[in-house]
Amino acid sequence: MKLTEKEIEIVELLEKNARLPIDTMAKMVSLSVSEVEHIIKKLEEAKVIVQYATIVDWRKVDGHEGVTAMIDVKVTPKRGVGFDEVAERIYRFPEVKSVYLMSGAYDLSVVIEGRSMSEIAHFVSEKLSTLDSVISTTTHFILKKYKHDGTVFEQGDQDRRIVVAP
Amino acid sequence: MQKTKTYVSDTVSRLQPSGIRRFFDLAASMKGVISLGVGEPDFITPWSVREACILSLEQGYTSYTANAGLWELRKEISDYLACRFEVQYDPANEIIVTVGASQALDVSLRAILNPGDEVIVVEPSFVSYAPLVSLAGGVPIPIQTSGKHQFKLQAEQIEQVVTPKTKALIICSPNNPTGTVLNREELVQIARIVAKHDLLVISDEIYAELCYDEQYTSFPAIAHMRERTILINGFSKGFAMTGWRLGFIAAPKDLAMAMLKIHQYTMMCAPTMAQYAAIEALRNGAGDVEEMKKSYRQRRNFFVQSLNEIGLSCHMPGGAFYAFPSIESTGMTSEQFAERLLLEEKVAVVPGYVFGASGEGYIRCSYASSLEQLQEAIRRMRRFLERL
Repeated sequence: MKLTEKEIEIVELLEKNARLPIDTMAKMVSLSVSEVEHIIKKLEEAKVIVQYATIVDWRKVDGHEGVTAMIDVKVTPKRGVGFDEVAERIYRFPEVKSVYLMSGAYDLSVVIEGRSMSEIAHFVSEKLSTLDSVISTTTHFILKKYKHDGTVFEQGDQDRRIVVAP
Repeated sequence: MQKTKTYVSDTVSRLQPSGIRRFFDLAASMKGVISLGVGEPDFITPWSVREACILSLEQGYTSYTANAGLWELRKEISDYLACRFEVQYDPANEIIVTVGASQALDVSLRAILNPGDEVIVVEPSFVSYAPLVSLAGGVPIPIQTSGKHQFKLQAEQIEQVVTPKTKALIICSPNNPTGTVLNREELVQIARIVAKHDLLVISDEIYAELCYDEQYTSFPAIAHMRERTILINGFSKGFAMTGWRLGFIAAPKDLAMAMLKIHQYTMMCAPTMAQYAAIEALRNGAGDVEEMKKSYRQRRNFFVQSLNEIGLSCHMPGGAFYAFPSIESTGMTSEQFAERLLLEEKVAVVPGYVFGASGEGYIRCSYASSLEQLQEAIRRMRRFLERL
């Protein structure tokens, strides 16, 4: 799908802040409110805009600290369906947050979230490793999130500029 | 014996402190102020540039450079000017790296002025031009551009003030404080008059990277203008490097060599670590500049349209990051308006009169602030105007 420059600008603005008011956005890209609404609707229908999500710092919420792990998975691809079938079997688990097919030393990169390390260990040993196509797994637990999807979590964001300057 | 006289020179005694100063003091003493008074980017210098500077320090590049600046940097500047603005300057003897565009202006004026020479300053203008002319022994001659023409210099205005003593004309496009950009045809008209009266042009192109609607034209790219132009540019605005204090001059060899004499005696060279950072900025910074430019353009579109909606009529500025709306409808002077807006709604803007007589009736608002700040500033300004 070929997008115009303004359509791309709108997508980029929404990607940074999905709650940007339409009338503000309309001014920023020099279009009318109804034109912007129309473009957004079109992009939603075409699934260019897949979903509006929120980045949450769960560490700040008591009892919701949780654990995230990235698992490198080696698999045997199947004739006819390649990696897609095993990828699908993995991503159907709701605790799996992302699945990517990778180049390099392993095949699938799986991001999983759980309440505790033992919960994730259980998933890996019981659900993931036992799949027929899975040859091996290497689990890496995330210790701290500094930056996620372009957003820095702890940002010293103060404006250091002097108040009035020529 | 007691001191009986002031030791300060007459020239300096006559200099007026910048009108911006008073506002700065007032605004700085208040809490919760949204400042639209800042004449610099709200971006921090791109990380790759900062990182290049750190590396240069780690490697121990801490000595002086050549007076004119690092050879690699001058070569990069030469290539940059050629690709980006279609002007050719020899890095060996036509480019000088300076301590910001401000020092570049100072060196330029001191290199060309004899006592009493006149320099035409197009107002509203950056606050330093006229004082720098005076300090160099010259006489600043203002031209007042008008909101009617979106503050574009009309070529015939030059003719009205030219005298046998006129030596030079300072132009600044995109302009601080009006954001006005002079396009190629307008520059050609100016060039015609400049040639007719054999003037030198100091072209301050510090905002050249921030030109939103049309292809930018550098003044020396106009036919026959290179030989009579001192081109001034730098890294502060486009590359978000104000605190690094790094600019440059590009000029024909005879002028450049004259300026280099002053530069070598007064400055020796620009800071070495900043020069290494600037090399990185020119080699790999174009993408960052493009991103920042896009963000300024979006904020400009939002802010200028919003100003017009709340009743402050404002032309769409083609460049820089300033909106220059008229406040004449309020019946206040720009100083009254700015002061009341600051005290009553805590929004700091700069009153137009500080940029010259023709700036009266206008205020300068920098939109180099976050979108949230701009939205809040508009809300406060709307409330302020409704109360009047």
